[in-house]
Amino acid sequence: MSGLGAVAEPSGWRLGNRSSEVFLPEEPRAAAPAGFLQELPSYQSALRRRAAGGGTQERRAAPQGSAGLRAAEAGGPEQEGGELPARPAREYPLTIAEKRRLSTFFSWVLNCCPSSVASEAGTAAAAYKDCQQADIKHLSGWKQWKRTSSKSLKKVLSEVKELSSYLKLWRHDIHSIEGKFGTGIQSYFSFLRFLVLLNFIIFIVMFSFVTLPSIISKYGIFNSSFAKIPPKNIEPHCTVYKPNGNKGLVYFYTYLKDLLSGTGFLEVTSLFYGYYTIDAAWFSVLRYNLPLAYLLATFAYLALSLLWIIIRSVEGFKQNLVHDEDQFQSYCNKVFAGWDFCITDPNAAQLKHRSLQYELQTDLEEERLKRKIADRTMKEKLRIYSLRIFINIIVIAVLSGCFYSIYRATVFSQENSSDVGNTNFQANLLVQYLPSIVITLANFIAPQIFSILIGFEDYSPAFEIRLTLMRCVFVRLANIGVLLFSLWSHISYCATDKCKACGYNYELYPCWESEVGQEMYKLMIFDFIIILGVTLFVDFPRKLLVTHCSCKPIQWCGLQEFGISDNVLEIIYGQTICWIGTFFSPLLPAIATVKYFIIFYIKKISLIHTRKPAAKPIRASSSNFFFLVVLLIGLVLAFIPLGISIAHIPSSKACGPFRSFNTSWAVVPDTINGLPTGLQQVLYGIASEAFAVPFFMVICLVMFYFVALAGAHKRVVEQLREQLVLESRDKLFLIRKITEAQSHP
Amino acid sequence: MGGSGSVLPRAELSEYQELTFLSKQEILLAYKRFSELLPKEERRDARTARVPKGRILTLPELRANPFQHRICRVFSTSDSGDDSMSFEDFLDMLSVFSDSATSDVKSHYAFRIFDFDDDGTLDRKDLEKLVNCLTGQGEESRLSNAEMEQLIQNILEESDIDKDGTINLSEFQHVVSRSPDFVSSFKIVL
Repeated sequence: MSGLGAVAEPSGWRLGNRSSEVFLPEEPRAAAPAGFLQELPSYQSALRRRAAGGGTQERRAAPQGSAGLRAAEAGGPEQEGGELPARPAREYPLTIAEKRRLSTFFSWVLNCCPSSVASEAGTAAAAYKDCQQADIKHLSGWKQWKRTSSKSLKKVLSEVKELSSYLKLWRHDIHSIEGKFGTGIQSYFSFLRFLVLLNFIIFIVMFSFVTLPSIISKYGIFNSSFAKIPPKNIEPHCTVYKPNGNKGLVYFYTYLKDLLSGTGFLEVTSLFYGYYTIDAAWFSVLRYNLPLAYLLATFAYLALSLLWIIIRSVEGFKQNLVHDEDQFQSYCNKVFAGWDFCITDPNAAQLKHRSLQYELQTDLEEERLKRKIADRTMKEKLRIYSLRIFINIIVIAVLSGCFYSIYRATVFSQENSSDVGNTNFQANLLVQYLPSIVITLANFIAPQIFSILIGFEDYSPAFEIRLTLMRCVFVRLANIGVLLFSLWSHISYCATDKCKACGYNYELYPCWESEVGQEMYKLMIFDFIIILGVTLFVDFPRKLLVTHCSCKPIQWCGLQEFGISDNVLEIIYGQTICWIGTFFSPLLPAIATVKYFIIFYIKKISLIHTRKPAAKPIRASSSNFFFLVVLLIGLVLAFIPLGISIAHIPSSKACGPFRSFNTSWAVVPDTINGLPTGLQQVLYGIASEAFAVPFFMVICLVMFYFVALAGAHKRVVEQLREQLVLESRDKLFLIRKITEAQSHP
Repeated sequence: MGGSGSVLPRAELSEYQELTFLSKQEILLAYKRFSELLPKEERRDARTARVPKGRILTLPELRANPFQHRICRVFSTSDSGDDSMSFEDFLDMLSVFSDSATSDVKSHYAFRIFDFDDDGTLDRKDLEKLVNCLTGQGEESRLSNAEMEQLIQNILEESDIDKDGTINLSEFQHVVSRSPDFVSSFKIVL
């Protein structure tokens, strides 16, 4: 189809090297060698399509008057009967002048010319007119009104969209970053903006359903009050909780210490779980069940985060699924969509050229490597596999080392921070922050080790990057898990009978949820301090050194690259802490919002002044999807500790809204028992096995169906492609035969 | 700001909104930037004036673009072939490169921009020039002959469905529709 369509082109055409040269190249436009070729339906439609596209020769050569008509003739891609979707004028690839003529032509066709003239002017115009007229005939008053209202609605929506694009946070900043550094780095900053919004919404949810009612009822505003029912059937020693609220004269540095570690005066504020020791709140005559609200708000913010992330990642997922190339993106994507047209800075353009060259060369090399790998002998394969197993063992050893050191650090910190007698400020603070410090060190060292180790494993470069990233993600998220695990083992460790009666270590942790909340708070603050510190004390001095000192080793070190994956893992780590910590510390999302807000500006300044963009770029599409997938992994991993805390570990009896319940989850069965019997039975039915097992089976069947459907579609596409190739070969063969027959009658 | 005394009349503005993918603000901004390219005397008739190619290429959005000459060639409707652009050509260009342009229109124009010899198909020479534009001018930034061969072979394998050694418009549009980065990279915003 393609080769034939080019018959009339001035600079000639060429058949594939397969067939012999039937037609002379560079034949002048006037006479096509074989007359019948122009009657082929495929040629006609290709010509129409090219005229609609306004191939440059047509555009320049065509006299002004007829351009509009010809364009109208070429109006739609499908001509053979059927309804012609009349597209808005701007979707035609024409100049503005031609589009203007087209739309005036269409409105003339619609309004004044009779159908006969329209059909002469071209099937497209006629179909357009018929289409519009058919609509008008059937338009009753209702449909007319619907039509006009939908048009005005579209206008209103486009105005709203325009306005809302102004309200988008940091629109101008992100646009300028895109211009200077390309879309890969810009996707990082868009991701940061997304997290700011997400945290803000989570904060609103927790604040309005949990904090606000508590504060209102505690201060008795709006004629409200709260009820504090002492728990029944609980040993009295479990309910003793006296937080040290720093009353009286204390040294100033205690305030600083409390601010940084969440103890002292902060512990009794609404920042932590312990403040919400309310069993019910009364607003005039309405009873507000605070424990239930607390639990449901937690589920709500988790569900909201999950939904939002999934919605955002659907677009990238669709493309990744459709994209059937094996490892990374195909060459066509790299070449046709390679250049970022947003780049405005000549230096950035230079860098982009270099990175494109590097990327293309790497891919070509990788392809050659793949062919080499396919030719590997058995002996080499054995050697490589045993090497990989050995290196994986080393990786596991490194991970175990990290986990063990975190465990020891947490235990040490817990044991020594309860030693109140120690008034040495710095030492105390250091002990408090020991888990955070160890985690940060582990998060820094482990990725370096991994990137060295992967060099020995002899994978293709694409797979290397992925595997290192996966390992780093695992390290970061598992570190938090180990911290929580060591905390819990400490909390639930019960030696005496008295302790067993409470279910948790009541002496050390009368209000253990606040303790966990404090740990999460410390992690978050420390994370923020590290990011700030690294920018101030490492990046800027390095930049100063590189610009002013010209000795060889420093110049060879050069500026730091802006490693997108490292930065993304950093903020995902922070977000996971926020998700886990919000249950224990309802105001944590507000802190996270402010933290990410400030980090945006810090990273932007650091990027502009102290960094050079990465030589190996990550593509925008795959990076968006990758960020969201890792964020999703973080969220799912956050479910586990929350689930265990809510459902398994007994809630503390001395503080918090769940004092009268065995575990935090117990408030739900309790409320259900208070509902009317009919509703109760329905809910019990849903939770029973009789419902769950068939439901699970149905879901499996549906998934299997979709997987099979996707596989079938893929096969169909393959078959159609093959068919297309065969058809075109047949056509070329027939043309050759016919021309031979014509020339030797 | 400069002495851009003339302003777009409202009827023209709404017509441009109909005929392009640009919003009102974007059209006004484009008008302002276009008038700044003209010498002061011509700014009154910015809508009918033509800006020579050299001035257009001083725009920051085009200055660093390796396809700058092709863009001017494709969007210019100048009869004399000097690739000068009128305001409507400029709007056309911005419309195609805007966020809200359909992928169909974008791929159509991308094909024309990449078609260096204007023959309606992308053949080996076009692809070679395209890759050289991407990797930058200069001897050391070009791919070696063997690498270029391998690359073009791969591209044709992926996109040339009817195996005639060239990529025509429909094949190009087909391969670009599956390319996830195309829409986000084929974008210019003032």
